[in-house]
Amino acid sequence: MIVKLIISKLKTAITDLAPIILVIAFFQAIVLRQPLPHMGEVLFGGLLVVIGLTLFVQGLEMGLFPIGEEMAHALARKGSLSWLLIFAFALGFSTTVAEPALIAIAKEAAEIAAQGGLIEQSRKSLNQYGFGLRMTVAFSVGLAILIGVIRIIRGWPIHYLIIGGYVIVMLMTIIAPEEIIGIAYDAGGVTTSTITVPLVAAIGVGLSSSIRGRSPLLDGFGLIAFASLMPIIFVLGYGLIIFR
Amino acid sequence: MEFLNDFLKIFLATCRDVLPIALLIAGFQAFVLREPVPHLKRVLVGGVYVVVGLALFLAGLEKALFPLGNIMAAQLSDPAFIYGAGEIIIQADWKAYGWIYLFAAMIGFATTIAEPSLIAVAYKASEVSAGTINQWGLRITVAVGVAFGISLGTFRIVTGTPLYWYISIGYLIVVIQTIFAPKSIIPLAYDSGGVTTSTVTVPLVAALGLGLSATVPGRNPALDGFGLIAFASLCPIISVMGYAQLMQLKKK
Repeated sequence: MIVKLIISKLKTAITDLAPIILVIAFFQAIVLRQPLPHMGEVLFGGLLVVIGLTLFVQGLEMGLFPIGEEMAHALARKGSLSWLLIFAFALGFSTTVAEPALIAIAKEAAEIAAQGGLIEQSRKSLNQYGFGLRMTVAFSVGLAILIGVIRIIRGWPIHYLIIGGYVIVMLMTIIAPEEIIGIAYDAGGVTTSTITVPLVAAIGVGLSSSIRGRSPLLDGFGLIAFASLMPIIFVLGYGLIIFR
Repeated sequence: MEFLNDFLKIFLATCRDVLPIALLIAGFQAFVLREPVPHLKRVLVGGVYVVVGLALFLAGLEKALFPLGNIMAAQLSDPAFIYGAGEIIIQADWKAYGWIYLFAAMIGFATTIAEPSLIAVAYKASEVSAGTINQWGLRITVAVGVAFGISLGTFRIVTGTPLYWYISIGYLIVVIQTIFAPKSIIPLAYDSGGVTTSTVTVPLVAALGLGLSATVPGRNPALDGFGLIAFASLCPIISVMGYAQLMQLKKK
């Protein structure tokens, strides 16, 4: 019974990874025409990926989804708006501020800004710039989840907020310095990590299912969209303030 | 032995990622909600699975996929491969980069299918919609969007056209689609833009972007290397809404 279950889970994970294997095989064999380097390591790594993905999905179903929904239900039951909003902001801020992808991007962005002559070429000013960028992004993600939660409670249609955000992004892009634009757009993508996304999705769905008149599909989703949009606006703003 | 060391490092990094979330949840449960967590044991075991699974997944990627992806991106964008050895190129010819566009599209598609956060969101969406939204249907639609986006993004790097042109047009398409698309798909479509770009896709795509802008004549990695991820977040929104619109038309 258990063996059967494990095999079926492993099968799913292999299906998930099949496209990557096919793409690499195709390019190695047909286009680049060379044998795969370090075949043994690649196979071993592939095996780890399959086992890891299987465990991860199992853990989602058992731990991350239920705790997210349970928290949302409990906070809704408690009926305290301010605690709910504090939780939303803290969740967005704390999961973003230490995100390795963000630290990497902030460091790179500081080097680009220094090369472009926008900030001083010294360790202190580089660190300061990178740290400021990280704080800006983390704050913006916290704010995004907070606004997203208010939206679920009030039942505002998501498209007005998102399209309004896009308009702001476009207007700011026109006046922002060129060195910050690419980084700003990418900052939106790196903030939502693999552990945050399922938790945030579960919280959205849990919250919308415990408030009367909200539909989980219409109102529950959308938190991640805010968390991807808000950092773009704030990083563009950061660039405008620092550089002008 | 060396591998064990690597794995331990990744495992600790994953733990550090989870730490703020764990503290936040524990703090709220203990001091604000003051309620016991239902099925606490099961939830804790699930949490351990998530951390160990993610660490194994990342360790495996670093061992197998990332080095390979980086080598391949470097080889495919090597001027000697694209133009033939010995030629000196001053101006990039966008037509010569066919394999790059194809590689970008295929690697975008493949990594998106394996993206754990997308798996999570597709799972939730299918659960919430009582199966109307098919997990694989959503994942493939998003992956097609990412494939197109990354491919277009490499084209942008090769031609050196400004990023904001593409993004503006993309946003415009999203706005127009939002007016006509079925209401129930809109939040999910917006979300799918954010979930596509995490563990698997970002490192590979960033390597491709930086590698390409370093080898294409006349490009500056500092200015042109960024922005691929923006394409990967924008295009799935369009593809998911587009797919829902197609389904709607078919029904009529």
